[in-house]
Amino acid sequence: MRLEPVADPGWSRTLGLPALALGGTVAIAMALALVAGSNPLAVLGLIVKGAVGSKFALLETLNRATPLIFTGLAVAVAFRAKLWNIGAEAQLYMGALLAVVLGTGLLPLPAALLLPILMLAAIAGGALMLLGPAFLKTRLGVDEVVTTLLLNFVMILFVSMLLEGPLKDPMGMGWPKSERLVAEARLPRIVDGLRLHWGFGLALICALLVWVMQTRTTLGYEIRAVGLNQRAAAFAGIPVTKVVIKTALISGGLAGLAGFSEVAGLKGSLTLDLSPGFGYTGIIVAMLALLNPLGVVVSALFVAGVFVGADSMSRAAAVPTYIADILLATALLLMVLAIMLTRFRVVRG
Amino acid sequence: MEILDILISASFWAAAVRIASPLIFATLGELICERAGVLNLGIEGIMVVGAFAGWMAVYSGADLWVGVGVAMAAGMLFGLLHAILSVPFGLSQHVVGLGITLLATASTYFAYRVALPQVTNPPRIEAFKELPIPVLSDIPIVGQALFAQTPLTYLAFVTAAVVAFVLYRTPLGLAVRAVGENPHSVEAQGLSVTALRMGAVVVGSGLMGVGGAFLTMSAFNSFFFEMVNGRGWICIALVVFGAWKPGKALLGALLFAAFDAMQIRLQQTSLGADIPYQIFLMMPYLLSILALVVMSRRAEVPAALMVPFNRGER
Repeated sequence: MRLEPVADPGWSRTLGLPALALGGTVAIAMALALVAGSNPLAVLGLIVKGAVGSKFALLETLNRATPLIFTGLAVAVAFRAKLWNIGAEAQLYMGALLAVVLGTGLLPLPAALLLPILMLAAIAGGALMLLGPAFLKTRLGVDEVVTTLLLNFVMILFVSMLLEGPLKDPMGMGWPKSERLVAEARLPRIVDGLRLHWGFGLALICALLVWVMQTRTTLGYEIRAVGLNQRAAAFAGIPVTKVVIKTALISGGLAGLAGFSEVAGLKGSLTLDLSPGFGYTGIIVAMLALLNPLGVVVSALFVAGVFVGADSMSRAAAVPTYIADILLATALLLMVLAIMLTRFRVVRG
Repeated sequence: MEILDILISASFWAAAVRIASPLIFATLGELICERAGVLNLGIEGIMVVGAFAGWMAVYSGADLWVGVGVAMAAGMLFGLLHAILSVPFGLSQHVVGLGITLLATASTYFAYRVALPQVTNPPRIEAFKELPIPVLSDIPIVGQALFAQTPLTYLAFVTAAVVAFVLYRTPLGLAVRAVGENPHSVEAQGLSVTALRMGAVVVGSGLMGVGGAFLTMSAFNSFFFEMVNGRGWICIALVVFGAWKPGKALLGALLFAAFDAMQIRLQQTSLGADIPYQIFLMMPYLLSILALVVMSRRAEVPAALMVPFNRGER
């Protein structure tokens, strides 16, 4: 077989194939429910109900989507330049770490000053975390996939070390947990009485800013050019190395904000389970959104809904919550296949 | 000096060879894939699948070697999925690989929970035992390190020799290497680029599965979550460190394992009392990054690595 470009993909192709991919994902979910010995339709219903079926469920989904918007944006920005940042997890923890170091009483400032300082610190921390691998890539040609991946493991050990050492909460009953942020360092709720913090608003603002950057600025154009063809970009006079480094700073900074938002908005302190893989899930979020920053918001909501829904479902039915991860991995693989097939058709010979 | 005491103890070298064994299998697997031009980031998840599948088969009553076969088959299955998506369809190898890792890991955890719903302590199996080779295992230090291991460790070394032989001494190996350097020349010879690449990914993934199975069937004798713990990613670094050559990759795995065994032992010394244990645990990962940095200048990357091939396209 070989692939032949489709000159003019019609509506049936551009909409039908992704729909087919989603359908296939749902079919696999139902098959898995059957394997686990439950009624497939009931399981699907429980997932949907658990994700959006009540005010509580909806808020839970929005809260879960917040860090995913940040990490999804981080990945989308980087992948656009073909900078394979798989280290959003480590960058998230670095952001959270700096927020906790500065926000637990070190700076006696009012919220109006303290919150921006913590935000900037988290951005700087996340950015620095990716700067190393980016330099290794541009200067020495070291593959950033492996370096960013391995740094995730280093970072979590580093956080563990600090939480058992200098950052340990003396009132934490021996648990590896940091002190709580002071009140001035906490992100307020968007609406009083509703369990949704301003981290979500911040995430939406970031999505908009990244969209503007990508579509309305020179840097956005340069990032796309570098991603499409580095050599051609260099030939056209684009400073490729600089663009890659800038991309890395933006990407790492966004992931750092995820850590800040989780600590300052939701948890209030740093623990080793602050992120159940938000950095890695950000890759799925970004790919499902086709690396579009506004699409990232939608896909983060979808992905968060699947996780929250599956969690709630697995408490009611005998289907393990890992069905969510299988679903998302399947959706990711089928979707990239479907998107490719909208532009190419398979021919024999 | 405590380091010196460790270096002259036979148990240290035996541990190094044992720690190296799963890495040898998986590194060779990744090496085969990359030699054919396909970066297989599914490795981490495929090792998880292999670890679970082999252990589960033995736990359900299968013979140990059947378990190894099951682990290999499970690895090959996910390898086939990777191959279909990345070779004929030419999808991004980064995205496909990470997707396969996620899919394989999640499927394993799902299967584990479905198969053993109420278990908090994963059951242990009767795993491979040490099989000292007569005479050779009596040699001081070297004998205990190399010739008093489990059969799977011996298989790891044999596999390295076989992979090296096939890659460099057979027409098939020549074709696999050529397809990673210049697929057009291979097609001009009338060979199928698609078949060669898919075959390499499937076989390589099978070896990754066996590497994972080593953990459950020859080291920990049980399966638990997170047990692969980044070993797959380390193997990718080892392929670069080994300059895409089986012999060097084998040496790299042994060297790496020696450092790992060293850090475990140093934790027990007076040094370990002063330094947080996390610093020691970071060493393997930092060492891998360092290895990548050191070797990156000299590495001869397969020219067509990560370049999809579509017939009739130039």
